[in-house]
Amino acid sequence: MTSSVGSIILTIVVGALLANNFVLIKFLGICPFLGVSKKTDTALGMGLAVIFVMGIASIFAWLVELLLESLNVQYLQTIAFIFVIAALVQIVEMVLKKFLPGLYSALGVYLPLITTNCAVLGVAILSAGSYPVLVDGVVQGASLGYWFLNGIFSGAGFTLAILLLAGIRERTNLELVPKAFRGFPLTLITACIMSMAFSAFSGIIG
Amino acid sequence: MGKSNNKLGSVFSNGIISSNPVLKLVLGTCPTLAVSVSAFGALGMGIAVTFVLVCSNIMISLLRNVIPDKVRIPAFILIIATFVTLLQMLLQKFVPALYDVLGIYLPLIVVNCIILARAEAFASQNPVVDSALDGFGMGLGYTLAVLIMAIIREFLGAGSFFAFDFMGFSYSGEIGNLPNYALNIFTLPAGGFLTFGILIAIVNQISMNNEEKKKNKAKTDAKKIEKAKKDLDKEEVAA
Repeated sequence: MTSSVGSIILTIVVGALLANNFVLIKFLGICPFLGVSKKTDTALGMGLAVIFVMGIASIFAWLVELLLESLNVQYLQTIAFIFVIAALVQIVEMVLKKFLPGLYSALGVYLPLITTNCAVLGVAILSAGSYPVLVDGVVQGASLGYWFLNGIFSGAGFTLAILLLAGIRERTNLELVPKAFRGFPLTLITACIMSMAFSAFSGIIG
Repeated sequence: MGKSNNKLGSVFSNGIISSNPVLKLVLGTCPTLAVSVSAFGALGMGIAVTFVLVCSNIMISLLRNVIPDKVRIPAFILIIATFVTLLQMLLQKFVPALYDVLGIYLPLIVVNCIILARAEAFASQNPVVDSALDGFGMGLGYTLAVLIMAIIREFLGAGSFFAFDFMGFSYSGEIGNLPNYALNIFTLPAGGFLTFGILIAIVNQISMNNEEKKKNKAKTDAKKIEKAKKDLDKEEVAA
């Protein structure tokens, strides 16, 4: 039993971090990936904010999905998810400002940007492929833990990718590049090479 | 009349060329990279985005004096999400083939930055007709950019042109024995980044060349004007 739980967790971790990396393989969250990757410390801040919001959003999205399933109104999924995420980001911002000003000043700038980060909505929708069901008042199907782990490690995959890119960009900024390739094009080509490396991991999980 | 027509025309063409949302403003990159594997999917995505963009622009423009300033962003997101849900239901019912091709990227149109950006920057400040045209132009610009990318990727990656399998009709689009020489990398995610990067670089180069030409033209124009002035002065002196 423990080994099977362990292997499920390992599949989630390896899949979300490497083989199905959110940014480089699934193309989710490209905007902040390109926009906030000029320096490693800002990239780290954005990455931590994304992990944080994705983890919490996964928990709330699980509750919402359970509610939608039991009311039989799954077609409201998109609207419900985006609203929960937008509200959540606002609340997280307020709570952090009040109780953890240190963390707020580190993540504050990035939090509003996350509402329109498709990675957060994406992780909720992708997790919803294995939704929870309420049978006789007992939750069955996908567990909260699965959604939460998936959220956290997808966020960690995003952080890994954006940190690596920022590190490379800090160096390529010093190089003499043809004028037309400066900025976005060079970043995209860097991302291409990184993506090639990450897609080599796809054989690890079946 | 002619003047207002001109204005509407520029509102429309703005999104297609001079501020193309994908190639110039680099907005909405996630779905662009993801659906540009096949030209058919790209066309479908382009039409879906255009539909949502036009509808939400019209709706937001109609409500622009009603929505309080403080809650405008949530209100915009709600309007956009409503249209996306509508589109999801329509596609699932009538065009299931396209629904399957677009997959997760269909609900993700909600967070496509192009749509929210146009709502905030244009539709919330302009009348209905202008907003609808702006949405249509931006949508068309988006479609065009994604389609160009998809055609390149499909040609190099699969050796075919506009292959589709749609409502009982299918077309392999294979060109001769080109599929045997296909470069597989262009269908992988890495190929998306590569094509997009090179495409933006080309657009940058073209716009830099144009600016250079404009500068040169302005210089020669200034010289001509000065020469004409000198000639005038000479004539006056002679007179």
